[in-house]
Amino acid sequence: MEKDTASIDPVEIIDDTSVKPFRVDFPQESIDDLRRRITTARWPSKELVEDASQGVQSKMLQELARYWATEYDFGRVTARLNALPQFTTEIDGVTVRFIHVKSAHENALPLIMTHGWPGSVIELLETIGPLTDPTAHGGNAEDAFDLVLPSIPGYGLSAQPTQLGWDPGRVARAWAELMRRLGYRRYVAQGGDQGASVTDAMARQAPDGLVGIHLSLLSAFPTDVGAAIFGGLLPVGLFKRIVIDVLAHHAKKKDPAALEAAAAVFKRGYIVEMPEHPQTIGYALTDTPVGLAAWMLDHDADSYTKISRAFLDGQPSGGLTREAVVDNMTLYWLTNTATSSARLYWEQFRAIFASIASGEKPPKLSLPVAFTVFPGELFQPPREWAEKAYPNLIYFNEVDKGGHFAAWEEPELFTAELRAAFRSLR
Amino acid sequence: MAKETASDEVTIIHDTNVRPFRIDVPQEALDELRHRIQATRWPSKELVPDRSQGVQLATMQELARFWTTEYEWRTAEAKLNALPQFKTEIDGLDIHFIHVKSKHEDALPLIMTHGWPGSVIELLETVDPLTDPTAHGGAVDDAFHLVLPSVPGYGFSSEPTELGWWAGRVAQAWPELMRRLGYTRYVAQGGDVGAAITDAMGRLSPEGLVGIHTNLFVPALGGTMPTDSEQERAAAEQIAVFRATGFGYFVEQATRPQTIGYALLDSPIALAAWMLDHDTDSYYKIAGAFVDGEPSGNLTRDHILDNVTLYWLTATGASAARSYWESGQAQAKAAGQAPPPMTLPFGFTTFPGEIWRTPRSWVEKAYPNVSYFNEVNGGGHFAAWEEPQLFSAEVRAAFRSLR
Repeated sequence: MEKDTASIDPVEIIDDTSVKPFRVDFPQESIDDLRRRITTARWPSKELVEDASQGVQSKMLQELARYWATEYDFGRVTARLNALPQFTTEIDGVTVRFIHVKSAHENALPLIMTHGWPGSVIELLETIGPLTDPTAHGGNAEDAFDLVLPSIPGYGLSAQPTQLGWDPGRVARAWAELMRRLGYRRYVAQGGDQGASVTDAMARQAPDGLVGIHLSLLSAFPTDVGAAIFGGLLPVGLFKRIVIDVLAHHAKKKDPAALEAAAAVFKRGYIVEMPEHPQTIGYALTDTPVGLAAWMLDHDADSYTKISRAFLDGQPSGGLTREAVVDNMTLYWLTNTATSSARLYWEQFRAIFASIASGEKPPKLSLPVAFTVFPGELFQPPREWAEKAYPNLIYFNEVDKGGHFAAWEEPELFTAELRAAFRSLR
Repeated sequence: MAKETASDEVTIIHDTNVRPFRIDVPQEALDELRHRIQATRWPSKELVPDRSQGVQLATMQELARFWTTEYEWRTAEAKLNALPQFKTEIDGLDIHFIHVKSKHEDALPLIMTHGWPGSVIELLETVDPLTDPTAHGGAVDDAFHLVLPSVPGYGFSSEPTELGWWAGRVAQAWPELMRRLGYTRYVAQGGDVGAAITDAMGRLSPEGLVGIHTNLFVPALGGTMPTDSEQERAAAEQIAVFRATGFGYFVEQATRPQTIGYALLDSPIALAAWMLDHDTDSYYKIAGAFVDGEPSGNLTRDHILDNVTLYWLTATGASAARSYWESGQAQAKAAGQAPPPMTLPFGFTTFPGEIWRTPRSWVEKAYPNVSYFNEVNGGGHFAAWEEPQLFSAEVRAAFRSLR
């Protein structure tokens, strides 16, 4: 043991807590290589169905590949990101890169907003204007936010974890440290998808300064709903099995449609493969851009249909345009983060199963929670689910537009939701 | 309807010829494959010291090195071409098969079906022991006439161009193949997807089929099995672990074969990793062959790559994955209904490294007419490939009473 201690390099353990400006720069040869790989893709035969029931359709992916290689401007990602104030800082041994836009309004509420998978900061960019500069976007000065958009470790421009343990809870602790480092003493947090997992974990940890959260994907379930969705996966004894079955039966009777939709999420191929074997699928996502694009497009039926229309019919749904969709894929490719991003699922499921096995309940969440139901999201939780999962629910609203990538697709509506959700916490 | 009948008269004239077939892969396809492997862009290394995050980087990088610098596809091609290969059209598709007749006149005809991620490659080393038993520790009356077809969508058989080619439809094509070859009394064998096809054949009970043997217990995939004994509980636990830790490929292929298909067609390393990630036992054996130079039996580096290269050159990653989708659809349609009963004699061998060790009690519960059951002490999921002698001995014993 003494040896280990002695061998630690004293230079390494001095954490550097400085925050430095950062600019993106991708080598031209990486871009050339990407374009070459797209144009030399070897394609499978066409699916045998007329819809997306066998996965991403050939016609769709071939059009995306054509657009990516021949029309798309590869300078876009760099230009869009470098137009914003970006920074880099080291937290918990990992380099975290983030966008930080301060509002011109003095009393703006600091907000840290976390992207999901297969997203990145790209999906949040169009909300920056409305959130930080509300008076130019139909809002009032009192609606202003100081906005922090970090890349989750292993995603986009943040570094990849080189050790185990970076589950959403650890990301959440890093975010609290980031906000502290930026000098924010009172702030709120928001997230959808994996960002919702991180934001939920932040609220449970309740770090100093965090006064409330907003979620656009339900990240915790009432006990009976959880039993119905995950009960079958748990290695438990007979007694617990009976309890789970009774609870599950209750949930199934009450909200069959929402439950079926929620359960279906966890039966999708990507959400089985990534928590189990992120490395295996990682070889594919790292070596073939069309393989990566297909995997990222196959997230949910609503967004797939919308993105298909953008490519095949020239009719994008809101901000889910061809160029924005390809910006996100290009960022995944050029940062080579498909595998490390998939590992977050591995970490997350490990943590969940370890906590279930230990019999520990997740820490109670008493901070104010706001929730918006977007109609195209994976599932639409009834208000009761949100109330049971988050006893201190201060805001719940069902809107009439937007899906899984709500901030991306409907930035104005999404922004309006955030303004309303956090109004009482200012 | 009348119209359709009229046009059908033209299309129903099928070509039932059986044509000899030889493989001859163009050199540029091999060059392109090598080039793609060399140009592989790699992910960072997994963060664990074992298989728990999937196929390990060291395994894949050594596989890539060996594939581009030492491996010779032409050896595999010559081995296949040294066997009598044929193609014939059945139910609209060209079926590729190897057909080796025993020199022993009273040999029992046997149609043996590979699985996923396998192909006829996994069965090649059983050809001699099964067809020429006297040269391989057996007796004259252990001889088989052997038919090894490629499942539609796999290897050199053509890809289905319409829906419906689930195991049950393949099970209808195989009796037609045997009929066409002039076999009026035969047996069938299969593991993995081949077991599902062989099981379906048994339930269809076509004229001439007198018994089957499988080495994957198909009924456990469709429903829950009893857990009354220690052995039953252990097997159920193995199935549960597989479902919780190694089921991704299965779910993805059964629901989104096209999505994963793009990667499998475009990246040889993606294809190889996907195929290596089948089950824990075979993965560690294969990784051992590459990383430690210690193959398990016949699961050598060359043989593993023969199979992966066959998938690559025939560009069948997506079409093979679709066979899972078809089975998933068939299973959903059949939901709740018991499959037709199996009354034919049924033989089963439990290999210790298989995903779960099927106890005799399960076999007897699912198949009323068990004519043979044995648990052996070597081999895993790819039993015929890994332990061809032991596997052949099991096939001989299983079918002895049916001669």
